Amino acid sequence: MVSYIPTAEDFQALDSAREGDRIDRPSLSYWQDVWRRLRSNRRALASLSIVVGLLLFTLMGPLLWRVDPALQDLEQVSQPPSLGRYALVVADNTPAPTVTHTAISSAAVDREQAARNLRLLGTPHSEGVNLAWDPLPGVDAYQLYRHEYPPRDADDLGLPMARLMPQEISYRDLLGLETRQYYYSIVGVYNGKEARAYTTLPVVVEQAILFSEAEYRGLLSGDATPETAVGSSIRLESHPLGTDYLGRDMLARLMWGARTSLFIGICAPLIFVIIGLAYGGLAGYSGGRLDGAMMRFADFVIALPFLLFMILFKIAFGLGPGESGIGPMLLALVLLSWPATARLVRGQVLQIREEAYIAAARMMGATAPYLVLRHILPNVMGVLLVSLTFAIPTAIFTEAFLSFIGMGVVPPTPSWGSMCNDGIRTMLSHPHELMFPALFISVTVLAFNLLGDGLRDAMDARMRSGT
Amino acid sequence: MRSFLSVFAALGLSASPPLLAVTPAVDPVNNEISISLEQEPQWLTTIKATDAESSIVLDHITEGLITRDVDNNLIGGVAERWELTDDKATFWLRKNARWSDGEPVTAHDFVFAWQQVANPQNAAEYAFLMRLFPNGAEIIAGEMPPETLGVEAIDDHTLVAHLVTPTAYFIDLVTFISFRPVREDFYRAQQGRYAADAVNMLSNGPFILTEWVHGASMRMEKNPYYWNRDAIPLDAINAPYITEDPNARFNLFMDDKTAIADNLQISAMKMAMQEHQKLKSFSDGTVYYLGFNYREGRSTANLNLRRAIQSVFDAAEMTYKVIGVPGNLPAYTLFPRWLKGDDGQSLQAQYPPRKPDLSVERGREYLAMAKQELGVEEIPPLTILLSDQPQTAKQAEYFQNVMARNLGLEIRLDKQIFKQRLAKMSAGDYDLVMAGWGPDYNDAMTFADLFTSWNANNRGRYSNPEYDALITEALQITDQRRRNQIFARIQDIIFDDVVIIPQYERGFIYAQDKRIDGVRRYHTGGDLNFNYTFIIDEDGSRGVPD
Amino acid sequence: MGAYIARRLLSGVITIWFIATATFFGMHAVPGDPLLNDKAVTPEIRANLERAYGLDKPVPQQYLIFLKNMLQGDFGISFTQQNRRVNDIIAEHFPVSATLGVLALLFAAGGGIMFGALTALFRSRMPDYLIMFLVIIAVSVPSFVFAGLGQLAILRLNSLLGFSLLPVAGWGTVAHMLVPALVLGLGTMAYLTRLMRSSMLEVAETDYIRTARAKGLTPRRIFFRHQLRNAILPVVTVLGPAIAAITTGGFVVELVFAIPGLGRYFVQAVQQLDYTVIMGTTVFYGAFLVLMVIAVDIVYGFIDPRIQVSKSLS
Repeated sequence: MVSYIPTAEDFQALDSAREGDRIDRPSLSYWQDVWRRLRSNRRALASLSIVVGLLLFTLMGPLLWRVDPALQDLEQVSQPPSLGRYALVVADNTPAPTVTHTAISSAAVDREQAARNLRLLGTPHSEGVNLAWDPLPGVDAYQLYRHEYPPRDADDLGLPMARLMPQEISYRDLLGLETRQYYYSIVGVYNGKEARAYTTLPVVVEQAILFSEAEYRGLLSGDATPETAVGSSIRLESHPLGTDYLGRDMLARLMWGARTSLFIGICAPLIFVIIGLAYGGLAGYSGGRLDGAMMRFADFVIALPFLLFMILFKIAFGLGPGESGIGPMLLALVLLSWPATARLVRGQVLQIREEAYIAAARMMGATAPYLVLRHILPNVMGVLLVSLTFAIPTAIFTEAFLSFIGMGVVPPTPSWGSMCNDGIRTMLSHPHELMFPALFISVTVLAFNLLGDGLRDAMDARMRSGT
Repeated sequence: MRSFLSVFAALGLSASPPLLAVTPAVDPVNNEISISLEQEPQWLTTIKATDAESSIVLDHITEGLITRDVDNNLIGGVAERWELTDDKATFWLRKNARWSDGEPVTAHDFVFAWQQVANPQNAAEYAFLMRLFPNGAEIIAGEMPPETLGVEAIDDHTLVAHLVTPTAYFIDLVTFISFRPVREDFYRAQQGRYAADAVNMLSNGPFILTEWVHGASMRMEKNPYYWNRDAIPLDAINAPYITEDPNARFNLFMDDKTAIADNLQISAMKMAMQEHQKLKSFSDGTVYYLGFNYREGRSTANLNLRRAIQSVFDAAEMTYKVIGVPGNLPAYTLFPRWLKGDDGQSLQAQYPPRKPDLSVERGREYLAMAKQELGVEEIPPLTILLSDQPQTAKQAEYFQNVMARNLGLEIRLDKQIFKQRLAKMSAGDYDLVMAGWGPDYNDAMTFADLFTSWNANNRGRYSNPEYDALITEALQITDQRRRNQIFARIQDIIFDDVVIIPQYERGFIYAQDKRIDGVRRYHTGGDLNFNYTFIIDEDGSRGVPD
Repeated sequence: MGAYIARRLLSGVITIWFIATATFFGMHAVPGDPLLNDKAVTPEIRANLERAYGLDKPVPQQYLIFLKNMLQGDFGISFTQQNRRVNDIIAEHFPVSATLGVLALLFAAGGGIMFGALTALFRSRMPDYLIMFLVIIAVSVPSFVFAGLGQLAILRLNSLLGFSLLPVAGWGTVAHMLVPALVLGLGTMAYLTRLMRSSMLEVAETDYIRTARAKGLTPRRIFFRHQLRNAILPVVTVLGPAIAAITTGGFVVELVFAIPGLGRYFVQAVQQLDYTVIMGTTVFYGAFLVLMVIAVDIVYGFIDPRIQVSKSLS
């Protein structure tokens, strides 16, 4: 049997540019690929623009809305959003109208008798409501009440405003007057006990502003004098998001508060997540004794009493009076928060380290830095981003919690957390003071969450093959 | 280690607190009411208690020689009769006063209790009260044994307290909790656990503490051995809730779980009005003021700078527009409105305080003088120390704004939590401080001696020989007219020297269940007292105690 | 395994000693002391107080005394709750915090794993969006706002019904615990939901799931046997610290709902600089946390057979 023995001529070199082996599309680097996929995610893009918008709001806002966040407007305390209300200009230092004391009739003391002729003196406005009434025989005092709703009986007369001597038959109410309807009631007090009989007067209070205050705030024309201006109606500054408990503009405070909250909310997590990543990565990757020692140290830091060390750090880093305390808070947050991330990353790395592709890469001679950068880091990214996007609201809340127990940023520096905290006290009566800062926190958190989601999807190496 | 492990063991066994039946705010059937407490009482022993919550409870379960009726007039408690002279006070005890185990309350119980207050081993903060009696100061300093205190039981029912100096207000002072009796045999039998739990306590007051779940709840029942039990309408007082959160306490009231909600803030006031609740007001007698640091090198030691601040600070605006809660009153003097004068009126009516003549121009003139005297172009930023209370921060922010606007002064806020603020105050690490002073006893002296050079509470170190001399004189006389003249002079010094700038007298708005009446409130001691509280009958008449 | 646990426990003891030491000296470095009070006392009374509480001795000596007592399991007597031993305070109030914490954690872990799995199952569909929206709300509102709102909601509900369905505040029955536990667990639940979702999606892309699918296993079996079990891993990692965070982080909830838990005592102790209570609670919580972490590491090894704790850590 003769078999054919091939010779060199039987072989022919193939054309080097074969169809099948050509790379059809442009080669993309990892980050190019991330960006490409992020761009195609509409939700992530929307949240990215919200984040950019928030940064603009924080950095550019105060340049456009030039209202001093510290300017107090005691005429408009806790006002809901409005675009400029009108106010009556009233003179400064108006003496309270005096009431001539008519002789008290010597009629028998009738305890069931209600005071007569409870009346207003002058226009009731937010700079003062003047009341007067006819004297009651035999009283040892009068008790004046103010209600926001029509009283139902003698046990329901509202706020006890003042107890007045029998010779005082007029009263000037200056206490936190709002532009609304009030019901004033007067009750006679006999032998230290209030009578059941009462007289009620409904009063509608008008917005007013003192001449000097209007002048100081530049709300009057240049040549206005008390004589010409008093009695006229002027327009007050507009507060598109209302005012807070000291009449400060909420919009301006939210803009300045964003600086505090976003600074702490973004910087602190970013720093401690990076520290946690490096620490946890190193521990998980190296394993063995080093891992054990490093994790014990992390356990130690985690178990430190946060609050106590927060105070300690604040003092150690020399929080001087008048400083807002943002720096020390940031530092304390970073120093105390990284171990959680470190533990998370280590857990992931421990798992990834055992994956077949790592073993394969190692067998092919991959160096440690290559393994970490190319395989481990991208695979950790998913969990890491989730923890980062959650660390942001946590940091914002930690700041808020610290304000809640009286250890937050020092007033008057605003922050969303401390504004929320102030707002919760007036949640029922002035909901806007809680709603707006809470809304800003929510939107920020939402944006970072969705962005984190998008980034996770885009950066996940395992998803790189798909779209 | 075993006890430490037992803590872990307790986890497994889940030592849950006793299940409490939910009690209604007002229970006419069992003749009980329920209230909420702000904090767990710190120490329910009359020897050591200093906190407000302990005082409240102790005023129900113990009774001193002298007590107060529902209108706060002084009446005999354990003492039936008493007599005060310049060098001693004699008390004749009633024979039917008994402890909750049926034993009689004797003069020896008072002697023992007061010795324990002075005893340095007990380290009572109010030990200084015992300096009223001979050897008191030496006992506190550890130089003499407690048994040498100048208080003696002549027999079981006669107590004589010798006085080092004539003390005009001693009868009033003796209502204070530190002067309550403690029975020696019972105290010693507890072996250091006295008043640690309900079982370690003995009462001689209208009520007995029958249940005390730490941090959670308390229950007080009427004391069957109390000598005046017929005057006590309620059969029990429950305190099933302890929380510092004012909103939570208000919500409990609104849910008909507690009969009273104290210290309402603006939002709660509005909600209470909306729900047509009964609201009452109370001035607790505490004066809040702006304090200065007089230590060398502080610009606040300069009189003209203080005058500048005084000229532009409007106490009325702050009280009415910033605080905005009725019951708070603008203050113009260290002496609150409730202090009595000697002509039947109040001290303030007798000697009306001067009000600063507010003027921005004058303020700026004073400021210019201050700058010249201090030799500076600009006054360096001033630090104001404040507590972590939200209300205080609000007031400080207002103050900061007023100073910046009217005087161009930069004020920096230094907000500190409780102990840190006190540490800074004691160390003099501040320029200005938001401070307050509540009375310990019912006499102007409790306020007046605050700025003497020897008073440890004079943390700003104000020192004025005339002031010291006046107080020294007032401490040695009992002539009420002369004393009030001295207090009026003190009032003038405080105004002219701008020792402090008074801001407001604190007040509260509280909501009270319409079905109860007779809640007693007072400036000193345990404010909020239910000893005389009764449930109003359906027909609106006063419930008859059975 | 036994040797491993012993080693971990030993290192845990060292960790606790570190914590105790750092806290002790940190606490003494904070200005002020527990004896300061609103009304100042005279120097003699001050001296009596210092002597009575052993604060007249130098700090290093106080530290040695503390260590000696701690080894005997005694943390001394509270400065603010006179007559109460710190051990008693912990023994009485920790079970309350723990009960609340365990219930909160049940809510959080159960809800988190369930909702997380659901969102992954219905990825980019209505349930996913709805749950994620709720998650966002849960994470974007501070706990004190939730606590306040929760209490208000009960109040409104009760007044609407005309009787008390749920107690507004207080402690004692299961009804007292429901809303506080829910409020307390909400943040963690949201966190776990997100973590679970992310983890589920990651696992869905792995080869073994593809293999399982190729093998023709039922979707139900793949979901429960392979995807869910593997996805729970990262959730378990954070569970240890989460338990500690929940049991120690209940301060706001305990305050608002008037619950006698240890969280309130701890925050108060820090504010009041109650040295003995700070040390007692810190060491106790430290020990608790260290035990939790060790437990989680062991559980981790059980769930993921690829990680052999005893080997990889030797």
